[in-house]
Amino acid sequence: MITSTSDLLNIRQQHLPLIEARLGREEAAGEHQILVCAGTGCSSSGSHGLREELKKQVEAHQLQEKVKIIKTGCFGFCKLGPIAVVYPEGIFYCRVRKEDAAALVKGLASSQVITRLLYRDPATGHLPRRMEEIHFFQAQHRIALRNCGLINPEDINEYIARDGYQALAEALTRRPEEIIAAISASGLRGRGGAGFPTGRKWELTAAAPSRPRYVVCNADEGDPGAFMDRSILEGDPHSVLEGMAIAGYAIGAKQGYVYVRAEYPIAVDRLERAIRQACRAGLLGDNILGTGFSFNIEIRLGAGAFVCGEETALLRSIEGRRGEPRPRPPYPAQAGLWGKPTVVNNVETLANVPVIIRKGAEWYASFGTKGSKGTKVFSLAGSINNTGLIEVPMGTTLREIIFGIGGGIPGGKKFKAVQTGGPSGGCLPEEMLDTPVDYEALTEAGSIMGSGGLIVMDESDCMVDIARFYLEFSQDESCGRCTPCRVGTKRLLEILKRITSGEGSMGDLKLLEDLSHDVKEASLCGLGQTAPNPILSTLRYFRHEYEAHVRDKYCPAGVCRNLTQRPVLH
Amino acid sequence: MLDKYSRLDKVVKVYGRQPGQLIRILHQAQEIFGYLPPEVQAYLAARLNIPLAEIAGVVSFYSLFNSEPKGKYTISVCLGTACYVKGSQEIFQAFKNEMDLDDDDTTPDRLFTLRSTRCMGACGLAPVVAINDDIYGQVKAGDVAGILSRYQAKELADDHEYQRPVEHPATAPPPH
Repeated sequence: MITSTSDLLNIRQQHLPLIEARLGREEAAGEHQILVCAGTGCSSSGSHGLREELKKQVEAHQLQEKVKIIKTGCFGFCKLGPIAVVYPEGIFYCRVRKEDAAALVKGLASSQVITRLLYRDPATGHLPRRMEEIHFFQAQHRIALRNCGLINPEDINEYIARDGYQALAEALTRRPEEIIAAISASGLRGRGGAGFPTGRKWELTAAAPSRPRYVVCNADEGDPGAFMDRSILEGDPHSVLEGMAIAGYAIGAKQGYVYVRAEYPIAVDRLERAIRQACRAGLLGDNILGTGFSFNIEIRLGAGAFVCGEETALLRSIEGRRGEPRPRPPYPAQAGLWGKPTVVNNVETLANVPVIIRKGAEWYASFGTKGSKGTKVFSLAGSINNTGLIEVPMGTTLREIIFGIGGGIPGGKKFKAVQTGGPSGGCLPEEMLDTPVDYEALTEAGSIMGSGGLIVMDESDCMVDIARFYLEFSQDESCGRCTPCRVGTKRLLEILKRITSGEGSMGDLKLLEDLSHDVKEASLCGLGQTAPNPILSTLRYFRHEYEAHVRDKYCPAGVCRNLTQRPVLH
Repeated sequence: MLDKYSRLDKVVKVYGRQPGQLIRILHQAQEIFGYLPPEVQAYLAARLNIPLAEIAGVVSFYSLFNSEPKGKYTISVCLGTACYVKGSQEIFQAFKNEMDLDDDDTTPDRLFTLRSTRCMGACGLAPVVAINDDIYGQVKAGDVAGILSRYQAKELADDHEYQRPVEHPATAPPPH
C-alpha cells in the first residue's frame, strides 16, 4: 500500500535498476533481460509461444537467476514481429521464431550476436544492432509512447520506476486551477482528431455548476487504419489511468470511465489488471496518497458501433442505451454523463498529461508548430514498407513520415495518395506531401488530422473505389437518427457505385459534390458531417480518375472490374 | 456446469442494480448462451425491470449482439481500409466459396459463422482474419482452405468432449 509520496519514491528506487539496465545507464552484473513484444501484432505472429520457449530454455540452462524474460507492449515495428530485445546490450532482434529461442539463450553467456535475426536496412544492407541505430526509431520522439516496448504493462512497479504516478502525486500538492493552467499552457489539443484545446475543455467542465462530475476516456478507436490507442492501452495502461486521475483532480470528479471497444480483448484485459493493481497500491480509490482526494475508474465495453466514438453517442452507450448522438450544445462539459458535467478525452490525449505535469508546460510546448504543440502518434498502414506505429513532433512533413520513417512504397510502385483521418478524412496526392502534420495545415489541404491513421496508396489503388469503400463504411455505420446522414450517405454510395460500374454520367460528378455539401451541413453529428470528406478530397485531387470512369468507361488502376478495357484513342 | 439461467442470475445479481450496466449484462448473457434469443431478452427485461422494447432496441443497435445462434468459431474477416487495399475482399470471397456462406451466415453444423468485421487495429499485419480470439496476419486467399481444415481437424479430435448446440439451446426460462 502506497500512502505517501515517499512510499512511491521508495518503490521507484527499488525497481529502478531493472529499467536503468534497459536504458543502458547501469551495469547489470552479468544479468540479462529479454523483452518480448506482447502487443496484438506480435501476439498474432507468435510471440506468446516464443516467450514460453525462452522461459523453457532459461530453465534448461539453469539461468533463472541471471536471465529474465519480460513481456512488453508494442515497439511499433509491427511489420517485423515478433520482436525481442536483449538488455543490457540493447540488441534488437526481429522476426524471432520459437525455434530461435535456444540459440538466443545460449548466445547470452558468450555475448554472441545472432546476425540472422538482426534487422537489415533495405536501403543500405547494413545490419544495425541496437534500436537507436535504426532510422525508424531514430527519427521519432516518443512522449505518449514513452513506455511502450520498454516496460511490462502488467507490472505497476515498472511503471512507477519510470516516474509513474509521480505527476499525480505532484498534482495533488497543487491547486486544481494550476493544473488546468499548465495543461492550457502546454498547448495540448484533443488527439481524437478534432483538436479542441484540452485545458479549455477541463476549464469549462470545472466551471459547470452541478455535481458530481465525471472523467471519460474515449477508447472506442473505430477509424479503420488507426491503432495507436490500442497500442497505448496494451503497452502502457497506467499512463492513461494516471492522466484520468489528474483530470479528475483538476475538474473535481471522483469517478472515471474508460469506454473501450470490445474488439480489443488484450487492451481490456491489461486495463482491468492495471486498475486492480492501482487500487491495491492505493493510487486509485479513496484518499489517494493521504491527500483526501478519491478517484475510481471503471471500464465500460462498447459493442461494435462506430458512431459510439462520437462523444454524445459514447455517453449514451455508457448509460447502457442505444449509442445515438444528440445535438450539441449542451456540450458534455455542461451536461454529459447522466446529465452531469463530463470531460471526454481520447486515450492519447490522456497519456500525454502526466508528462506535461512532470516536465512542465513549456517543455511540452517546445515541440511542434505554432498552433499544434507536442507530438502525435501515427499508425502507418497500406502500401508502405514499415507498417507500424510512430510518434513524431507536430510539423513533421508527410513526406518524411512516409518516405523517411515509413521506408517508402514496397515493390517499386509509385506513390498515389495518403489517406489521413479515416472515414472523416481525405486523400492527399503527391504534390501535398510537404504538408506539415498539424491540425490547421491538414484541414487546409482538404483532409484532417483525425485520430492519426495514415494509409498509403499506390498506383494500383483506384481513388473512386476508395471513396466508395469509405462511403460504404459510413453508410453502414450511420446510426439512422438523422435523415441527411441516413439517406444522404445511401444516395452518395449509389452514385459512386454507378460510377465504378461504368454507368455514371458527368452530371453525377456535380450531383456528388452538391449532395456531399448538403450532407455535411445538415447532419446531426460528426459522422454525417464528415462522411462526404473522402469524396470531396478525391474529387479535388483525382478528378481525372472520376472522369476516366465516367467518360472513357475506364478504370486507370484496373480495380473496377467492368472498366478494364483501355479506351481507344482517336 | 451450472444451468445457464442460474449463471445469468449471478450476472444480474452483480450488475443488475448498477445504473448503465445493461450492455455489460448483455455481453455476459451472450457469453453464456452464445447468442441473445428473444426468451433471454424477455427474461432479462423481467429481472432488470426494463421494458423489453428497450432491451431489444439495444441488442439490435450494436453489431456485436446476435439474436441468431452462431457457430462455435466465428470467422471475422477484416474489411478495414488497410486490409481492403491489400486485398481482403478476395480473402472474404475465398471463405464464402470454401464454406458456401454469405456474410453473417452460419454453417448447418454450427461449426463456423462467417462475418466481415470493422478494423481490428492490427493493420501492421494486413490483411487480417480473426477466428474467435486468434488473429491471423498477412493472410492470402490460398491460405483459407488450410486455416479451415485446422479447425475442422481440431473438431474431430474434440468431438467426444464437445456437445454441438442443439436446435433450441435456450431451454425454457424458469418462472419468475
